[in-house]
Amino acid sequence: MPDPHAEHFPGRIHQPPLVANLEAIQPHDQIELPHHPKLQHHFDDMAQQIEASTLGMWVFLVTEIMFFGGLFAAYLVYRHANPEGFAEASHHLNVTWGAVNTIVLIVSSLTMALAVRSAQISAPPKTQVAWIGATMLLGATFLGVKAIEYADKFAHHLVPGPNFRWEGKHPAPAEIFYSLYFCMTGLHALHMIIGLGIMTVIGIMALRRTFDADYYTPVEIAGLYWHFVDIVWIFLFPLLYLIGGHFTE
Amino acid sequence: METLNYLNNGHGLKSWLLTKDHKRIAVLYLVSITLFFVIGGFFAMLVRLELLTPAGDLLTSETYNKMFTMHGVVMVFFFLIPSIPATLGNFLIPIMVGAKDLAFPRINLLSWYIYVLGGIFTLVAALSGGVDTGWTFYTPYSTAAANGHVITAALGVFITGFSSILTGLNFIVTIHRMRAPGLTWFRLPLFVWSHYATSLIMVLGTPVIAITVLLVAAERALHLGIFDPSLGGDPVLFQHLFWFYSHPAVYIMILPAMGVISEIVQAFARKNIFGYSFVAFSSLAIAIIGFLVWGHHIFVAGQSVYAGMVFSFLSFVVAIPSAIKVFNWTATIYKGSVSFDSPMLYAFGFIGLFTIGGLTGLFLAAMGLDIHVHDTYFVVAHFHYIMVGGAIMGYLGGLHYWWPKISGRIYSEPWAKFSALLVFTGFNLTFFPQFIAGYLGMPRRYHAYPPEFQVLNVASTLGASILAVGYVIPLIYFTYSLVAGEKSVNDPWGARGLEWEIPSPPPTENFTVSPVVTEGTHQYVHPSQEVGLA
Repeated sequence: MPDPHAEHFPGRIHQPPLVANLEAIQPHDQIELPHHPKLQHHFDDMAQQIEASTLGMWVFLVTEIMFFGGLFAAYLVYRHANPEGFAEASHHLNVTWGAVNTIVLIVSSLTMALAVRSAQISAPPKTQVAWIGATMLLGATFLGVKAIEYADKFAHHLVPGPNFRWEGKHPAPAEIFYSLYFCMTGLHALHMIIGLGIMTVIGIMALRRTFDADYYTPVEIAGLYWHFVDIVWIFLFPLLYLIGGHFTE
Repeated sequence: METLNYLNNGHGLKSWLLTKDHKRIAVLYLVSITLFFVIGGFFAMLVRLELLTPAGDLLTSETYNKMFTMHGVVMVFFFLIPSIPATLGNFLIPIMVGAKDLAFPRINLLSWYIYVLGGIFTLVAALSGGVDTGWTFYTPYSTAAANGHVITAALGVFITGFSSILTGLNFIVTIHRMRAPGLTWFRLPLFVWSHYATSLIMVLGTPVIAITVLLVAAERALHLGIFDPSLGGDPVLFQHLFWFYSHPAVYIMILPAMGVISEIVQAFARKNIFGYSFVAFSSLAIAIIGFLVWGHHIFVAGQSVYAGMVFSFLSFVVAIPSAIKVFNWTATIYKGSVSFDSPMLYAFGFIGLFTIGGLTGLFLAAMGLDIHVHDTYFVVAHFHYIMVGGAIMGYLGGLHYWWPKISGRIYSEPWAKFSALLVFTGFNLTFFPQFIAGYLGMPRRYHAYPPEFQVLNVASTLGASILAVGYVIPLIYFTYSLVAGEKSVNDPWGARGLEWEIPSPPPTENFTVSPVVTEGTHQYVHPSQEVGLA
């Protein structure tokens, strides 16, 4: 059969195909191949689907590191420029509340890990939901404590802006410190709220018997996200709360 | 009955707006970025018309400031950054890796909606009064002084950043996990390598600009004090954070174009690339070193001399992988069986213009010379040689090369050649005079200038008009080809690659089953062997 495009593109002859299985590149209508009910059509098998989802979440977490990284860089620069001002400002944060929240989050990471485990070993939906619920409860506790702290800062005029009042020696660095405090903890809290939303969805899926030893990727990658948000706090707590420890009036 | 392909598989608006097919999403992006290109071009036109005469007679200085700001914001964030990755990349990467779709089709669709939402914010900012900060949003002007809708525009940039992050994430996972059996890393088309490098920048850089513009918006709206000098805050910190993304962002624009050129050069010189692994790794080198050069934007902003020296050195280093590509393309063309079809004309244009843009970049990376030409038209000319002469030439070249695959139709080749020549001529006439004007001391971002620069500016405006015609013609013949174009065969160029082996336009699922790949792309068979095949 003569090459149909040879007359328009003289001298160009079809190259040999790059593929060994020629049926792969044939024209076709929609195809339905038998597969696992949870397998999306564009993956070859479950292993590929799991690997892709997990890698996707890890890459997303890398973007999150860079996102918070901008704030950490700003913190670093300003604390380096104003060590005393930052220590003075940090002294007015409540270390007890911060420590309580740190413990709350670490325990929530444990319950999260147990939720993943319960799905992996095909535990009954009730058990799965219980661990997910415990994680959410701890997350909500964290946000509650944060709300108390924020209210206290509002009451003491420590929110940057026209109403900011500072009695100490370094009012300007203190205002920058509190600007960073609200940006960093605020963004972290926003991530917690999103985490609670994700866990709600995961909880409902668990209730509907979605997860077992064959299929638990959503719980696992939601867990990755949850642990990441915890780790951010593990950095925020000492950087914001504990640097005032050696501060003397 | 005709077999189903991605275009006729489902009709109506809903089948497009809710599609998860990477090829349809690519078309959605193609339509929307074309729209933004027209809008950005409109702002550029007003800027060029104002500069026709030395006096500021067409626009007030305030309006002029808003025009170049909106031109920059729209062109950078809403056209150049998504241009090749979101259209050609979206369309081709799953096919080139032998997959049925990207790893996360729903996230792919989400990224388009995010892009549109960000675009709406920016258009609202433009229509309700505009922003006059420049596309760089420098503080403290943007946080304390600027009039206009800085918060809306900043949120537009913030939002659209997530679309770019999601695209990059999708590409990285797809290239890692979705390659067909036998398709090893070193058999991948160089287009895929360059998109992998681009995706790394998107994923690592974009979050930093996101947090930075968010801080600007927060400082302006909530009176937080992050960059406020009256509190001891540092406006130069903003510049560091801004350029940490925005310099690598230039590589987001140019790397995909380099990938396109690598494909075109091989197809139309009918030769396998010279030094495949060097070209592949130079993409990664550009992505990595590109993250370490941002300080060359801040030489005169109070950065220490020692930091400046390091950034200057690294900026010279990043030129090496770019030069590797240029030399290897040239070596590929050398003794090739070259045909001068329209995609190849764009490739030739790219190689020449990118070389000029890159070399003048070295002028600017030299600290002494940078002080002389900083904030002059020399800088404007330099980055337009990279962004327009490089990125847009690559984009247009790629669009011409893959149009028969995307649309299934052949466009008018004589018109395509004509408009490629118009684009090349118009571009040089627009921007080459700006090198001279800048070197002679004409500063950028002013709506009036001393009369001795008028000749150069008239040439520039004339060139811009030719360039505009060169951009409108393809719009016409591409559209016309959809209606009346001849149907394309699978492989209209006789090129060798997975995308050319499946039908044009491709079926929704691309492949019936995963292809088993036996060779790399563009491994052209010698003519004497070809005869035996026919």
